[in-house]
Amino acid sequence: MSANSLPRKHVIGILADNLRLRGSVMPLSGRRLTAWARGLHLPRGGDTVIYTGHMYQMMPALGSLEAGLALAAKLSLTRLMGLGRWVNRLVDLSTFMTWPSGREQREYDGRLRRIAKRLLAAKVTFGYLYEKELYTGALLYDLGAEEVFRSHAQKVWHLLKAQGVKRVITVDPHTMDMLREVYPRYCPDYRMEVVSYLEVLSQAEAPAAPNAGKMAKECVALHDSCLYARVLDVVEPPRRLLAQDRRPEAEHAQSRAATHCCGGPLESLFPDKAETVARTRFAQLEQTGCKSVAAMCPICLHNLRKAAAGKGIEVRDFSEVLDR
Amino acid sequence: MTRVNAEFPKTFDATGEFDAAPCMNCGTCTALCPMELTSLPRELFRYAQLGMADKIGQHAETVFSCLLCRMCEVNCPSQVKIAGNVRALRAYLNRKEGV
Repeated sequence: MSANSLPRKHVIGILADNLRLRGSVMPLSGRRLTAWARGLHLPRGGDTVIYTGHMYQMMPALGSLEAGLALAAKLSLTRLMGLGRWVNRLVDLSTFMTWPSGREQREYDGRLRRIAKRLLAAKVTFGYLYEKELYTGALLYDLGAEEVFRSHAQKVWHLLKAQGVKRVITVDPHTMDMLREVYPRYCPDYRMEVVSYLEVLSQAEAPAAPNAGKMAKECVALHDSCLYARVLDVVEPPRRLLAQDRRPEAEHAQSRAATHCCGGPLESLFPDKAETVARTRFAQLEQTGCKSVAAMCPICLHNLRKAAAGKGIEVRDFSEVLDR
Repeated sequence: MTRVNAEFPKTFDATGEFDAAPCMNCGTCTALCPMELTSLPRELFRYAQLGMADKIGQHAETVFSCLLCRMCEVNCPSQVKIAGNVRALRAYLNRKEGV
């Protein structure tokens, strides 16, 4: 095991236990998960729903947990994780181990609100499952926790069926990949139309954007997510949206299908390696000369923001870039 | 000495996704890997095909260090589903270690 890596067996075990017992790798209250939708008056359920997959809502807590685990690794306390797994089966340890900042929670909620508001402004009709919505299990799928994932995927599919959902608008690449590419292989009768909000917005009639009417402002370097660029073909929609917003995009060699990973997938087991990959990726984006980087995935956003600290370049969620 | 188990390739893959047969060992994946992993995917896929379970266990950290970014997969001239194969190796290691 490399220095500062986390004990794989116990980390995957705790994440799998959480998914099995509590429905998510990072269990959060229904109130916290749905806070972003307060005041938007989105209908409950419907044929078409926005599906957050809890990814944006989880990031502040995951970021805080990550910092705690990195410290534990440095202090060699991670050898107690076997005991931690046993205790976590009885009591949700994440309640005691995460201290997400209110500011960060508001920022991540704000990103979801911006996406929903932009869809509403484009006259897109959709509902929301509120506290009934479930995490998709994406992390456990990637980590190869096959049986726990299979059972969870089928639970999510039963929920969508029971709610009469026929079409989901996703807001991040991991949820989109699960619901569009992966679930059909795990749920025998799975039928669902799955789209990204970026596709929906780029096809909708463009609402009057805050930037419209102004001359082109600062350029933005797009960080394509690996899944959007190499699996889901969500490459042109964000570029069309930037063009509608009169926002120049800096084309660079490591973009589109040649995009470079942000390191996020390694965060749960090898935080040091994840940081190295994020720094490499950020350096590529920095070379574009833009003072603004746009990420389309909350995990990419989190990792690139860490790599950008003190560099004078703002890393923003794509929804925030559109809003400026 | 390395132990080879002819039954292993038939039983290790709980995901049903593993297929490295088309790999021609050209090295495109190694050249493109952002993690600069040298034993994954080619070498480890061969171990799985040959039933060299011990070798897979020895490279567990490498198996879990893959980003699943698919830079290798989309450029593979033999169109090997590399990410799915890596997941199959992970699932095997999780099962073996009683996760």
